[in-house]
Amino acid sequence: MINGTVVDLSRVQFAATALYHFLFVPLTLGLSFLLAAMETVYVTTGKPIYKQMAQFWGKLFMINFALGVATGLTMEFQFGTNWSFYSSFVGDIFGAPLAIEGLMAFFMESTFVGLMVFGWERLSKGQHLAATWLVAFGSNLSALWILVANGFMQDPVGATFDPFTMRMQLTSFQKLIFSPDVQSKFVHTSIAGYVTAAVFVTGVSAFYLLRKRHVPLAKRSLRMAALFGVLATIGVITLGDALGFVAARVQPTKLAAMEGLWKAQAAPMPFNLIAFPSQTEQKNDGVVQVPDLLSLLVTHSLDRTVLGVDALERQARRRIEQGIPAVQALRVLARDPTNAAALAKFTAHRRDLGYGFLLQRYAPDLSQATPAQVRAAARDTIPPVAAVFWSFRVMVGLGLLMLAFFVLAALYSLHNTVQNKRWFLKVAVWMIPVPFLANECGWLVAELGRQPWTVFDVLPTWMSASTHSVAYMVFSLIGFLGLYSIFIVIELYLLVRAIRLGPAEPGGAGEGRTVPAAAHGGKAEG
Amino acid sequence: MGLYATLQVIWWLLLGVLLMALAVMVGMDMGVGAILRYVGRTDLERRVALNIIGPHWDGNQVWFVLGGGAIFAAFPLLYATAFSGFYVVMLLLLWTMILRPLGFEYRSQIERPAWRNTWDWVLFVSGAVPMIVFGAAFGNLLRGVPFHFEWDMTSFYTGSFLGLLNPFALLTGVLALSLAAMMGALMVMNGAEGALFQRARGVVQVTAGVAIALFAVGGLWVHAMPGYRLIGGPGPGVPQTPLQQSVVTVPGAWLTNFGAYPLLWLAPLVGFGGMIGAWLAARADRSHLGWWLGALAWSGVIATAGAALFPFMLPSSTDPSMSLTVWNASSSKDTLLWMAGFAAVFVPLILWYTSWAFWVMRGKVSAEKIARGDEHAY
Ligand code: HDD
Ligand code: HEM
Ligand code: HEM
Repeated sequence: MINGTVVDLSRVQFAATALYHFLFVPLTLGLSFLLAAMETVYVTTGKPIYKQMAQFWGKLFMINFALGVATGLTMEFQFGTNWSFYSSFVGDIFGAPLAIEGLMAFFMESTFVGLMVFGWERLSKGQHLAATWLVAFGSNLSALWILVANGFMQDPVGATFDPFTMRMQLTSFQKLIFSPDVQSKFVHTSIAGYVTAAVFVTGVSAFYLLRKRHVPLAKRSLRMAALFGVLATIGVITLGDALGFVAARVQPTKLAAMEGLWKAQAAPMPFNLIAFPSQTEQKNDGVVQVPDLLSLLVTHSLDRTVLGVDALERQARRRIEQGIPAVQALRVLARDPTNAAALAKFTAHRRDLGYGFLLQRYAPDLSQATPAQVRAAARDTIPPVAAVFWSFRVMVGLGLLMLAFFVLAALYSLHNTVQNKRWFLKVAVWMIPVPFLANECGWLVAELGRQPWTVFDVLPTWMSASTHSVAYMVFSLIGFLGLYSIFIVIELYLLVRAIRLGPAEPGGAGEGRTVPAAAHGGKAEG
Repeated sequence: MGLYATLQVIWWLLLGVLLMALAVMVGMDMGVGAILRYVGRTDLERRVALNIIGPHWDGNQVWFVLGGGAIFAAFPLLYATAFSGFYVVMLLLLWTMILRPLGFEYRSQIERPAWRNTWDWVLFVSGAVPMIVFGAAFGNLLRGVPFHFEWDMTSFYTGSFLGLLNPFALLTGVLALSLAAMMGALMVMNGAEGALFQRARGVVQVTAGVAIALFAVGGLWVHAMPGYRLIGGPGPGVPQTPLQQSVVTVPGAWLTNFGAYPLLWLAPLVGFGGMIGAWLAARADRSHLGWWLGALAWSGVIATAGAALFPFMLPSSTDPSMSLTVWNASSSKDTLLWMAGFAAVFVPLILWYTSWAFWVMRGKVSAEKIARGDEHAY
C-alpha cells in the first residue's frame, strides 16, 4: 500500500506546480486575443500607433509566455512521474486529449509565436496578422483540450472500467469531449483569462496615465481593455453560474462544500453569505444568510433543494458496502480472468467499485471491514468544506468587484475623462493582482472540491500516486519550490522593468532593448 | 493481423517517428545551447547563434511535449511505469529543460555581462543534460530496468538513481549529446558567416567522429549483452496485462530480430552513413546537405534501437515476465483508432507549417541588424 505521507506530498507538489502554471496561463489566453485585436486595427486602419501597441504588449506577452511554457513542461510529465497509478488507470482516456493538445494547439501556438516575434520584417502585414491570430487560437485550443482532460476527472463520462486490463477504457469519444462539464468549464476558464488580460492592460495603462507618459498609447489600450473587460466579466459570471448548476448535478459533495450545506433544508433554501464551517462538528459558526437565494442560484427555481452533507454521507455508506464485493471479485479476476462467477459478481457491483477502493484505505482486507471503518471512508467523501467555501466566496466576490471596476473604466474612458480621475487610476494599478487571485481560488474550488477522488466516484486520490519514498518526494518538492521561487523573482523583475521602460517611441530614444545601457548609465547604441 | 494488432504496430512506428523528430529538432536546439560558449566568443556572435534558432526553438520543443502526450495516450502503462521509475532522472531532465525557455527569452533583455554569462551557462546545462538523459534512457531500455507490478497494476521501481547511470547508459547518453551537438553546429553553419561558421564546422567534424566511434562500440556491446525474449503470452491484439506472459533473458537476444529480418541491418547502416555523410558535407561547407544527413543519422540510430527491442518497450530486469511490450502496454483499440485519425490529419499539417516557418526565416542572420539593436532579436 502507498505511504500516506507520499500521497500528501505528491498532492502538495501537484497543487503547487499547477497553481503556479496557472499564474501565467490566463494572461497568455487573454493577452493573445488583445494583441490580435490591436494588430487587426493596425492592419485595417494603417495607424502606426496600433502597431506600436501590438509590439509593446507583445513584449510583455513574451516575458510571461516563457514561464507558461516552462512550467507547462513539468505538468505534462507529472502525471507519469507522480501519479503513475492514476496514469495507467485512466491513460486510455486521459492521455488522448493531452496528445491532441500537442498536435492541435501547442504546435500551432509555438510555431507561430516565433513568427510573431521574429517575423515583423519577413512577413507581409496580412501574414503577420494571421500568425498573431493563430497564436491566440492556439492558446485557447490548448485550454480546451486540457480542460477536456480535467473535465473527465470531474465527470467521467464516455468510459468504463475493464476488469481484464485493470483500467478504464474509452467507450465514447464524443461523450468525452461534449460533456456539459467540459463545455461550461472551457468557456468559463478561457474567459477568466480574458478578464485577467483586460485588468492587466488597464492597470499598466493607468500607470502611464498617472505618470503622464505614453498618453496616446495608454488611453487607447485602456479603452480597448475596458470594453473587452466588461464583456468578459459578464461572461465569466454567467458561465460561473452554469458551472455551479453542473456541479449540483454531477458533484453534489462539491456543491455542499461550496455552500457550507451540512444538513438538508426545505425549499427555498437560504444562501450562506458568510459562515465559518467546522469539518469535525459538521456545522457553521457566525452565519450571515440571504433568504431563498441558494435555491435560486443552484436549481434556478424556488421549489427545489439539493442534498446536504448528512444525506450525502448516508448515500456514500450504502455505496461503500456495495463496493466491497466489486473489489473482491476483481482480485479473483486478476489471478484468473476466466472465472465466470467472479465476473458475474463484478458486473453486478461495478458501479460502486470506486467506493470499495475508498474503504481499502482503512481496511486493506475488505472481508474484515468494520462499520466504524465504513463510516470513516464515508466521511472522506466530503471535501474540505471551509477551504472550498471560502475559495468560492473570494472568487465570486472578486468577480463582482471586477465587474464594477470595468463598468467604471469603460464609462470614464468613453467620456474621455479617465486620465483626470487619479483615484481611479491608482485603483486600476492595484487591481492587477486581483484576477490572478480569483483564478487560483477557482482552481482550489474545482480541485479541492473533487476530493477525495482524482476521478470522481471512480478512483480515490490515495491510490493514485506513484510509490516513491518520502525522501524522493521531499527532494523533488524542495527542488520545485527553489526553482520556481527564483523564476518568479526574475520574471517580476523583468516585467516591471519592461513596464517602466515603456514602449519604444517611434524615432525617439528608448528603442527597446538598447535602453538598458542608458538606464544603467551606459550609452545606448544606435 | 487483426485491426487492434495493426494499430498497436502503427503506434509503435509513430512513436518511433516522434522520437526521431524530437531528437532531430529539439536535439538541434539543445546542441546550439551546448556549444554556444565555444562557437560564440563574443556576445554578438552568441546572439547570432541564438537568433538562428530563435524563431523555431519553441515550435521544435513541442515534439518533446507531443512525445510525452503520445506515449501517455498510446502506451499509458509505459508512460506511468517509465516516468515514475526514472523519477530522479526525469526531474533532472525537466528541471534543466525548463531553464531553456527562460534562457532564450531573458538572456538578451539586459546588457550586463554577468547576466548574459549566467544565462549562457544555463543554456549550456539545459542543452547538454537533457540530451544525455534522453540517450541514457535508451541505454537503460536495452539493459532492462528493475520494476514489478502488484495484482492491480501498481508499479514498484526497486533500483537506485545511480543504477540508471551505468556505463552503457552513459555511452548512449554521450552518443545522443554528440549527435545533438553535431546538428546544432550544422544549424549554426546554415545561418552564420565568418568565424562563427568556421568554428561550427570544426564542431561538426569532432562530434561526428565521436558519434561514429560510440555507435560502433555500443553495437559491439549489445552483441554480448543479455537480451529479452518473449516465449509465451496472449499475443498481439489481445487485451491483457503484463501479468500474463513469460519472458526469458538470453545473451545476444537483441540481435534476434536482425537475424530474422536481415533488411533491418539497413538501420545501423543508415546511422553510420548519415554520420559519415554529415562529416564530409561539413568539410565541403555544404551544411544544408549535412543537416539532412545528420537527421538521417539520428533516424538510423533510433531505428536500430527500436528494431533490437521490438516488441519490448520497457524490459524488467527483476521479473522479466512483467516486461512491458507493445502488446500489453498499449491503450484500447478505440483510443488507438481515434488517435491515429488525429495524427493522420495533424502531423502532415504540422510538417507543412513548420517547413513554411523555416522557409520564411531562411538565410543568414545579420550580425549588423542585431548590433543595431533590432527590437525583435534575442
Ligand atoms: C478571473 C477569474 C474568475 C472569476 C472572476 C470567476 N471565476 Fe469561477 N473559476 C475560475 C476563474 C474565475 C477558473 C480559474 O477559471 C476556474 C477553475 C476551474 C475552472 O474550470 O475555472 C473557476 C471555477 C469555478 C467553479 C468550479 C468549477 C468546477 O468545479 O469544476 C465554479 C462553480 C465557478 N468558478 C463559479 C464562478 C462564479 C459563480 C463566479 C461569479 C462571479 C466566478 N466563478 C467568477
Ligand atoms: C492549471 C490549473 C490547475 C490548478 C491550479 C489545479 C490545482 C490543483 C490543486 C490545488 C490540487 C490539489 C487538490 C488536493 O490534493 O487537495 C490539484 C490536484 C490535482 N489536479 Fe489539478 N489543477 C489544475 C488543472 C488540472 C488539470 C487540467 C488536470 C488534469 C488534466 C489536473 C489534475 C489534477 C490531479 C491529477 C491532481 C492530483 C490528485 C489530487 O490531489 O486531487 N489539474 N490540482
Ligand atoms: C495540469 C495540467 C496541465 C498540463 C499537463 C499542461 C501542459 C502544458 C505544456 C506542456 C505547456 C507548454 C507548451 C509548449 O511547450 O509550448 C503548457 C503551456 C500552456 N498551457 Fe498548460 N497545462 C496544464 C494546465 C493548463 C490549463 C488548465 C490551461 C488553461 C486553461 C493551460 C493552458 C496553457 C497555455 C495557454 C499555455 C501557453 C504556452 C503554450 O501553449 O505554449 N494549461 N501547458
